[in-house]
Amino acid sequence: MTTSRYDAIVVGGGHNGLVNAAYLARAGRKVLVLEARDRVGGAAVSEEVFPGFTFSVFSYVVSLLRPEIIRDLDLPSHGLHVLPLESTVTPMLNGDYLAQWGDHDQNRQELYRHSPHDADAYDEYGQLMYHMAHAVKPILAMVPPDPTSLSPRDLLGMLRFGKHMRGLGSTKFNALHKLMTMSSADFLDEWFESDPLKATKSASGIIGTFLGPRSPGTAYVLLHHYMGELDGVFRAWGFAKGGTGCISEAIAGAARKFGAEVRTDAPVARVLVRGGRAAGVVLANGDEIAANVVVSGLDPRRTFLQLLEPNDLPPDLVTTIRRFKFNGSSGKVNLALSELPRFTCLSRNGADPTIALRALRGAISISPGMDWVERAYDDAKYGEFSRRPYMDIVIPSMIDPSMAPPGKHVMSIFVQYAPYALNGGWTGAKREAFGDTVIDTISQFAPNIKTAILHRQVITPADIERITGLSEGNIFQGELSLRQLFFFRPAPAWARYRTPVSGYYQCGAGTHPGGGIMGASGRLAALEILGGA
Amino acid sequence: MSVLKRTAFHERTAALCVSQAWRRWAGHVVASSYDLSHEREYHSIRSSAALLDVSPLYKYVIDGPDATRLLDRVVTRDVARMQARQVVYTGWCDSAGKVIDDGTISRLDEQRYRMTSAEPSLRWLSENAVGMNVTIGDVSDSTAALALQGPSSRVILEQLVQADLSALRYFRLTDASARGIAITISRTGYTGDLGYEIWLDRANALPLWDALVEVGADHGLVPCGILALDMARIEAGLMLLDVDYVSAHRAMIEAQKSSPFELNLGWTVRLDKGYFVGRGALATESARGPEWQFVGIDVDWVSLERLYADVGLPPRLPAVAWRTSVPLYSGGSQVGYASSGCWSPLLKKYIALAHVTSSYAAAGTPLDMEITVEHHRRRAGARVVQTPFFNPGRKRA
Repeated sequence: MTTSRYDAIVVGGGHNGLVNAAYLARAGRKVLVLEARDRVGGAAVSEEVFPGFTFSVFSYVVSLLRPEIIRDLDLPSHGLHVLPLESTVTPMLNGDYLAQWGDHDQNRQELYRHSPHDADAYDEYGQLMYHMAHAVKPILAMVPPDPTSLSPRDLLGMLRFGKHMRGLGSTKFNALHKLMTMSSADFLDEWFESDPLKATKSASGIIGTFLGPRSPGTAYVLLHHYMGELDGVFRAWGFAKGGTGCISEAIAGAARKFGAEVRTDAPVARVLVRGGRAAGVVLANGDEIAANVVVSGLDPRRTFLQLLEPNDLPPDLVTTIRRFKFNGSSGKVNLALSELPRFTCLSRNGADPTIALRALRGAISISPGMDWVERAYDDAKYGEFSRRPYMDIVIPSMIDPSMAPPGKHVMSIFVQYAPYALNGGWTGAKREAFGDTVIDTISQFAPNIKTAILHRQVITPADIERITGLSEGNIFQGELSLRQLFFFRPAPAWARYRTPVSGYYQCGAGTHPGGGIMGASGRLAALEILGGA
Repeated sequence: MSVLKRTAFHERTAALCVSQAWRRWAGHVVASSYDLSHEREYHSIRSSAALLDVSPLYKYVIDGPDATRLLDRVVTRDVARMQARQVVYTGWCDSAGKVIDDGTISRLDEQRYRMTSAEPSLRWLSENAVGMNVTIGDVSDSTAALALQGPSSRVILEQLVQADLSALRYFRLTDASARGIAITISRTGYTGDLGYEIWLDRANALPLWDALVEVGADHGLVPCGILALDMARIEAGLMLLDVDYVSAHRAMIEAQKSSPFELNLGWTVRLDKGYFVGRGALATESARGPEWQFVGIDVDWVSLERLYADVGLPPRLPAVAWRTSVPLYSGGSQVGYASSGCWSPLLKKYIALAHVTSSYAAAGTPLDMEITVEHHRRRAGARVVQTPFFNPGRKRA
């Protein structure tokens, strides 16, 4: 039983909780982070699942980690190093491939090979997305105002928001409107004709959502992922040296340096509420810890419906949170490999071997066509995992050799769709069948994969929920659909990191601006708590 | 397959490039200079003949009954009035009258044109061709191009094609045969000197190069890289996309865009020819006058010498053309910026191409240009001058 009193307790040592704790500690607050698992990180963890092979078990790439967080918390001094992922290669069904390279000339040459029209359009599309990302970026850094409130602060916030939108000019505003309302397939059809290009781009519009590329609203998610910004460089996807767990460890290191206490194996049962005010937490083992402020880094369902008593909340909010969509739609397969996969499209006669090697340092996208991705969704719509899923594959050991023994490799496979609500529920047999489907699909493009596997770890949405606590295994703590963004995230009037319980705050990806290893929610919540926003 | 594209002449240019100084141009590798220094190459442009591989230019063939209509819709010049075998230089604009790119249009016959551009233009041409009976062929890779520039270029070319070229006037083209190779010769170039550009099928590139080098040997022909060309084009007052202006399709903010009037291209804007993209905005601007103008700058030698003398040095001059933004001042305030400049070894002048607000654009206007002298930013006296800086009579003769 601890008697010491904290200024703030952060429930959940995921990356947002840690960012929040670090900022509070940096401001001189006495902070305690409580993590249920034996390690911090939540979904951003590195684990040696198989001897000698380290995996970013869940979240595996980073693009949106806010540069101000890296600077403010001096994360590189705590071991953060994000290495670039420079290319995406899409194996095609006809045996060819389509690559997107970091170098403009090389990229244009490759696109031109598939479609001269797309080669021209690519630059203009990039230009438009840059403008759009530029337009939306300030919103990401903004504490969302309540559009229905008449308080001076919210009115001022809406005014700023409105002014920003008006400042875009009609062309950009129209494009933003399209991004907000269209499906990624329709939006991309306006720009490109190459099917594998459209399919690969559209895939980034459906990641983590229970939507297909032809579902309206997915165009915005396209932008959300396009906004990857590292070191001030737009669109740079990266891989954290040592895996995503090293990001969490770096943030935890920064938090500790500022004086925060980080405790693992300390699951929280509920938040103590006294007289409508947060007073501390009760651990699963019954211990009570007192604090003036409690911050939840958990998803909205757990933050409101699990950590609080129903009587702590007004009924309409309970209803809204119950309606908040999770719908986990993706799984993960992690492979330890005895040798590199040989993608047939990269090793055809006459293919440049240096291209093949470079391609394996980037992402391999199994998205040969729009129908492929949409059909993958069709399966999921009716409660089955995709028979031919969309996959985003990276081989971290190609970028950071320390992830695997010399000459061996780790392969990270993000798989969509794997519905949380699988017909008949997820069982051990279903999990293995899902893993087999993934391997079978990859072997269609890289036949040596089956004999190269030393170990495989298959993770279903049910596993994600069980291990990390993310409800329904949604990797973004709730779908990144428009109706769940900005001042709707997680609920109207409660999008500003507060809750109806005074002194009880939210800081997870279930709040604005949402998922990805971004840290923005954790930081903005801390600023709100400190009264500095 | 190489990661960067190689031109049809690469086999020859690579063998000559003892400097191993390469640069990128439109996705290709091209020689910056062949020799260790570009000096001899520069002087060949003005004193004998320079042979330049200009194949990386984007090239499109516009063909069909509506070819004239399409080009007249896109560019600011009056294409319908072009004669067969004529070449024009023109810019083209977006609907707000801001320049997207500039290049040449050759009227190959009644309804067939070749257009060159600095940036890819297939999509823009296609978008504007909706509903028209016209085909747009991207011949960037299949058409090889050489520029033969300098006072001896005519005699070399005449020997090569065994014909009298004195009748081929400035900005005209003709078909010819060079040792059995079909070529098109246009009297055009990017050096502001007497010169020609030669267009041919990629397959014949190497034999033609060899023939030119062979014939040119007696006339001081020098293979010439991009560094020398860059100096010559500044002397000629010719602007370069992405260096002297930003395409309206690439600009991040409005202020980065330029109208033709602001780029000293007002003479290419034919408001009287009927509709073309950007016409409305350009008519308004034409009546009002541009806010900016594109001018030549001549840096005052005495002033430059004094800045260096202040620190005990003789004047230091750029060895190659620079492509950075350099502020221009009048009194205390900045009134413009130079976008490229060089020391002209021929003219013995320090010259630059610059954007200045219109009230400072008149020839003779005194300005100051920022010069970094021994790590300190100083200002040298300069004045606005007419371009071209160098305009030999042989260019048009």
